[in-house]
Amino acid sequence: MLSLRVNGKAYNVDVEPETPLLWAIRDTIGLTGTKFGCGMALCGACTVHLDGKPVRSCVTRISQAAGREITTIEGLSADAQHPAQIAWREGDVPECGYCQSGQIMAAAALLAKNPHPTDADIHREITNLCRCGTYLRIRQAIHRAAELMAKP
Amino acid sequence: MKATRGISRRDFVVTTLAVGGGLALGFSFPKNDAERAALAVRLSGRPWESLAGKSDVEVGPWLMIAPDDTVTIRVGQSEMGQGVITSCAKMVAEELECDWSKVRAEYVSVNRHFRENKVYKRLVTTSSSSVRLGRPYLQQAGASARERLMAAAAQTWSVPRSELTVKDGVITHKLTGRTLRYGQVAEKAAAIKLPAEPKIKTPDQYTLLKKPTKLLDTPLKVDGSATYGIDVRVPGMLYAAVKASPVFKGKVKSYNADVAKNRPGVHSVVEFSGEEIETGVAVVADSYWHARTALDAMPIDWDEGTHGNDSSEEFFKSSRATLDEPGAKVVTRKGDPEAVLKNASQVVEAIYEVPYLDHTVMEPFNVPLEKIYFHNCFLGGGFGRRGNQDDVRQAVAIAKQLGGRPVKVIWSREETTRHGYYRPMRVSRFRAALGPDGMPAAWTTRVVGMDENYPGDEQVLRGLHKLPYFVPNQLFDYHLRKTHVPTGPWTSVGRSQNEFFLETFVDELAHAAGQDPYHYRRALLEANAEFPFAKAWIRVLGAVAEKSGWGQKLPAGTGMGIAIGDSRRLSRTEITICAVVATLSVSKKGEVRVERLDVAMDTGPFLVNPLAAERQVEMQVAMGLAAVLRQEITIEKGRVVQANFDTYPLLRATEIPDIKVHFVRATDDPIAGIGEEAIGWVAPAVCNAIFAAMGKRIRSLPLKRHDLSWHS
Ligand code: FES
Ligand code: FES
Repeated sequence: MLSLRVNGKAYNVDVEPETPLLWAIRDTIGLTGTKFGCGMALCGACTVHLDGKPVRSCVTRISQAAGREITTIEGLSADAQHPAQIAWREGDVPECGYCQSGQIMAAAALLAKNPHPTDADIHREITNLCRCGTYLRIRQAIHRAAELMAKP
Repeated sequence: MKATRGISRRDFVVTTLAVGGGLALGFSFPKNDAERAALAVRLSGRPWESLAGKSDVEVGPWLMIAPDDTVTIRVGQSEMGQGVITSCAKMVAEELECDWSKVRAEYVSVNRHFRENKVYKRLVTTSSSSVRLGRPYLQQAGASARERLMAAAAQTWSVPRSELTVKDGVITHKLTGRTLRYGQVAEKAAAIKLPAEPKIKTPDQYTLLKKPTKLLDTPLKVDGSATYGIDVRVPGMLYAAVKASPVFKGKVKSYNADVAKNRPGVHSVVEFSGEEIETGVAVVADSYWHARTALDAMPIDWDEGTHGNDSSEEFFKSSRATLDEPGAKVVTRKGDPEAVLKNASQVVEAIYEVPYLDHTVMEPFNVPLEKIYFHNCFLGGGFGRRGNQDDVRQAVAIAKQLGGRPVKVIWSREETTRHGYYRPMRVSRFRAALGPDGMPAAWTTRVVGMDENYPGDEQVLRGLHKLPYFVPNQLFDYHLRKTHVPTGPWTSVGRSQNEFFLETFVDELAHAAGQDPYHYRRALLEANAEFPFAKAWIRVLGAVAEKSGWGQKLPAGTGMGIAIGDSRRLSRTEITICAVVATLSVSKKGEVRVERLDVAMDTGPFLVNPLAAERQVEMQVAMGLAAVLRQEITIEKGRVVQANFDTYPLLRATEIPDIKVHFVRATDDPIAGIGEEAIGWVAPAVCNAIFAAMGKRIRSLPLKRHDLSWHS
């Protein structure tokens, strides 16, 4: 039995320590905002934060996540008011939406360490895939979120 | 799209539903005011409960009105990112004259649809048809409700209906200045029967419909609350991981179930097979991970059947050979093209090839079932793949063996890539004789398509019949071939392969004639008195040329390519004309960078939601470009080689060009749709631009197979 802290809450999960964090979050804990896209760290649909840093939860074992602060899209903000979420809504970014939890988590982590990312920063740091090609809107939304964060 | 495959996914599930006595889910979406909605409305853990409250009144099957004037509109089509929920709601609201900021949407009840004699008309979401087919009856539903509300107000005040006006859900009696809100008269309206159905608006009377509106479902997609099929959970649910025969049409020979059963959490190991299901094995467990790892650990022996040595290389070889046989079916014959070609002084000939392509839906397949009931969830983008029901059939075959326990079947990415219904590969030969003026005097086209399973005759020459360009002597014929590889509709169905062939060939002709590809196309259209859409095409072509800055001087290694087409089919009259200009550079090492894509899109007299339309174009550009650059499904030893995003790559953020969408009113008829109307011209525009940039003609895809390096 391992204890995981997800979005500020402790969960006892009774699965093998090598279980990918993705499946513990989705199937055991029941938070389904984090998505399964590839299972091989290729797409980023499963991105969550470990102590504020983005990780691909499909290749992160729960034993690596125990004792650390795990944040999923559901816990990114109390009321969906994270600047990235506001910017995403303003820009109507999602198409099918399936990749967007991961995109937003990756963007939020980037903004936390670099409040004014350039296009080049975004391209380097956010390698999440989007089948629907919302990349231009994502980039605009990240710049907009940076602006929102800069406001007092 | 699904017509040839029989029942639709929904029909199927609902049929089963009647047997299982299940329940259909509806999802509700918040009000349009995104900020407020994000705070106020959530899909709860019980998302099947409509957001409409107890005191909401139903005014006809399509909508409910609350005492506070909130209008809940029901939508029969599935949201896959195309904005259909918003578009359908807008079509009702256009007539209802309610306050759009108070509109929310939910899915119709599938059960009720069948109970009440198909009250919601059609529940499939295919072929870009939701707007085209839904508009009349959705407008009618809104108009009907409006007139009943007006009649209720007229009764309340004892005045004639003609003295009343309405705006934003507030009914006004002009003479006395009295007002009533929809929420106040809804109950009365619900009981009113209209003597006759009101007339609906014509496109020139639209107000709401033409405006871009934010999408109702966006807030749910930024906080993880949108529920996709893969997210559905029901009490006591088991999870299944599946492996179907890697060689299509193969069989399970043997497997060691004990290996799986000895692993943690495993409930059972079951085999599945049946009509139109690839035979295979499933491991069922208490979590997907348990099921998946147990399945991976379990050795399975396959009987490969007769196709264990088939390869796409062989398919191509035999298709090329078939090009020399007279076409099995002739679609167009005009004049005597063979004779003209024989005597011509300048003949241009080219053979084109395109591979099988997968859809790569973002959400891997999954079917949650509870004695089989139907969940209408968000669907990760479908791109033509969602019309087949093989995943549902497979899940049913598995569920039947579990004694009534609910089970969610999840396909891995590898399984999803390797068991698709692929866009058929095709090979074609084009020949044209150019006259002294450089214009084609004769033209022949022969296509060999691996389309026999699907899409079949109608699609294999789609976009090639009725040549829009003027050519006095023509022959278009084709062969259908069958392989063991399943084929199905890809976004734009049978067309995207042919558009690549045709628009590349026209480009080759223009260059052979020493003419500008844009002006050459224009001249061929102007000359074609038989083509009713020639003027409309010229309008769209002109728009894309102008907006893209066609004709500008570009440095070496940089080029522009143009392509145009519409969505002609043999069996339909509606079209959407679309033209694309690609501007790109090719480095000396041969790397292609598409800088910009201009897309001129015919809107007809109106678009239901310009914002959604623009996004649909962006999606098609991303999908089309990924296919041009790198994607192919190849067959070796009877099975698909590609598996995950490393071998079947999507377009990356760094590769997306600057996309400029230009809406053009090319005709006065409503368009066929917009969901798949741009994708076909991405490939030819890009390949024509490559020729302009560095002189290499691309006749087969994807580009990764070509060496594009050059030196000055
Ligand atoms: S699912 Fe984890 S990176 Fe794709
Ligand atoms: S929005 Fe569909 S995959 Fe990104």
